[in-house]
Amino acid sequence: MTTETYVNGVTLRNRGLPDSHRLQVYQDTGGYQALRKVLLEGMTPEQIINEMKTSALRGRGGAGFPTGLKWSFMPKGVTGRKYLLCNADEGEPGTCKDRDIMRYEPHRLIEGMIIGAYAMGARAGYIFIRGEFIEPIRIVEAALAEAYAAGLLGEKILGTDFSFDLYVHRGAGAYICGEETALMEALEGKKGQPRFKPPFPASYGLYGQPTTINNVETFASVPDIITRGGQWFLDLGKPNNGGTKIFSVTGHVRRPGNFEVPMGTPFAELLEMAGGLRPGRKLKAVIPGGTSTAMVAGAQMMEVTMDYDSISKAGSALGAGSVIIIDDSVCIVKVVERIARFYMHESCGQCTPCREGMGWLWRVMHRIENGQGRESDLELLQNVGSRIEGRTICALADGGVAPVTSSLRLFPDEYLHHVRHKTCLVGADAARRVA
Amino acid sequence: MSEWLSQSSLDAIAAERSKYPPEQARSALLAALRIAQEEHGYLPEPLIEHVAAILGVPAIQAFEVATFYTMYDLQPVGRHQFCVCGSVSCFLNGSDEILAHLQERLGIGIGETTADGLFTIKEVECLGACKDAPMMQLGDRYIEDLTPQKLDDLIAQLRKEAEQ
Repeated sequence: MTTETYVNGVTLRNRGLPDSHRLQVYQDTGGYQALRKVLLEGMTPEQIINEMKTSALRGRGGAGFPTGLKWSFMPKGVTGRKYLLCNADEGEPGTCKDRDIMRYEPHRLIEGMIIGAYAMGARAGYIFIRGEFIEPIRIVEAALAEAYAAGLLGEKILGTDFSFDLYVHRGAGAYICGEETALMEALEGKKGQPRFKPPFPASYGLYGQPTTINNVETFASVPDIITRGGQWFLDLGKPNNGGTKIFSVTGHVRRPGNFEVPMGTPFAELLEMAGGLRPGRKLKAVIPGGTSTAMVAGAQMMEVTMDYDSISKAGSALGAGSVIIIDDSVCIVKVVERIARFYMHESCGQCTPCREGMGWLWRVMHRIENGQGRESDLELLQNVGSRIEGRTICALADGGVAPVTSSLRLFPDEYLHHVRHKTCLVGADAARRVA
Repeated sequence: MSEWLSQSSLDAIAAERSKYPPEQARSALLAALRIAQEEHGYLPEPLIEHVAAILGVPAIQAFEVATFYTMYDLQPVGRHQFCVCGSVSCFLNGSDEILAHLQERLGIGIGETTADGLFTIKEVECLGACKDAPMMQLGDRYIEDLTPQKLDDLIAQLRKEAEQ
């Protein structure tokens, strides 16, 4: 394990350099060498996809699907348009990494997309950036203009026969557009409501054409995998969990931030990097992968390593690497009520169990938090949750259920105290700023 | 120029339209509505219909978009909108206190606009800047690591700018 050496070593490597978002700085530090290797040294699409498979890179947007495998699903040898999309609709509470890649390393994302387009035969692509990210949008648009001017995008890239156009598409405020098919609907100018799968995007995606969609961090990992090899990337992490990963550590820590570390780094080390807990506080719970993943008790989390398999064994998921730290100063019921509000607000309204269920969960949480809960509410929450899970088109509702049911399991005493004594077990002045 | 939009807005809409295939005018709806709102401040119904006409799509498609996404304002709002994030990482770092302070200083509630039309307070869900909590969006900017003092300074500065 080479934690020390490889902190911020891949997708955020240039973050500390002045003007790291500029083409010149990126090229001076080895940028677009991977693209040159692919296009000028005659790497074939099959070789690229094989390197991606060897790297064991898994989708960094939350689902963790193997990227090389996803790329291999795109139909080969067909005529007609194929699309490559980047999901930059970052919005799950706790997740704030793609914003930094776009602000500090936009060309790494763009280079990764050009290589992907070449490997899959896409002629056009869109970077779907959430509308609130105005600063990242401007930086990415400026970087695209630089890349066009340098012959890295557009017709006959680097003088070869390969052409690829890449555009920014701005979202307009809806978490659900981070769901890949909802994102495609939004790109088509519709309400962002997820589609049934199958058909999967590789056969029926944007405008009904074969489409591949990856997260910002996934694409930004590609250039190094091409220049240094899939095996190099794999060896940074552990088997089946290749490479480094950005963990956004937020909540009750002294130095919240983005930390790019090898997969398999112990959680305890990550917590230390984020400055640890505030003085005198104990670790109560951790949400390891964004609010759609189950809560893990603090003591158990201290034994976990930060990779897909270890977190999965602890009963949760790595998600987008959005690590939310909750200390003993706050009432878990209040935290979960706040999380439930998010899912009520963000349900797209398409599926009844989600549209009605997310609001129902929040209302029950809200009355418990406000001293109007009944003991039967605890069972009600479980029942409602189990009747939502698996009954909707997309995963939003399952994500909304996870924090409720996992917190009920881990902290039944706090819920019971609320319904019996109409008040928090923990001090009422819970959420206070870091001293 | 059109009855609603300046030439520069129309040019900006045309530039967005050119990103998409010729038969996919609808794809430019999100951008066109945003550009119209940036010029006009909010989206009254006739403006939404106008945007649909510019792109040559049925008005109902523009209404669907305008009412589905949260960044479109269908009613007039203050010149400066304080969109305070209240999702979990910001909440854990005191976003409720930030919202309470704003309401007290401006004398309005969440969702309301000051009588001089200068400020609106909104509580929004996750803005994707959780490591900089508590934070808010103000126009083009994210304002991070909010404190009551920072808010007071900002309000004073914006009031001063408005007087000039």
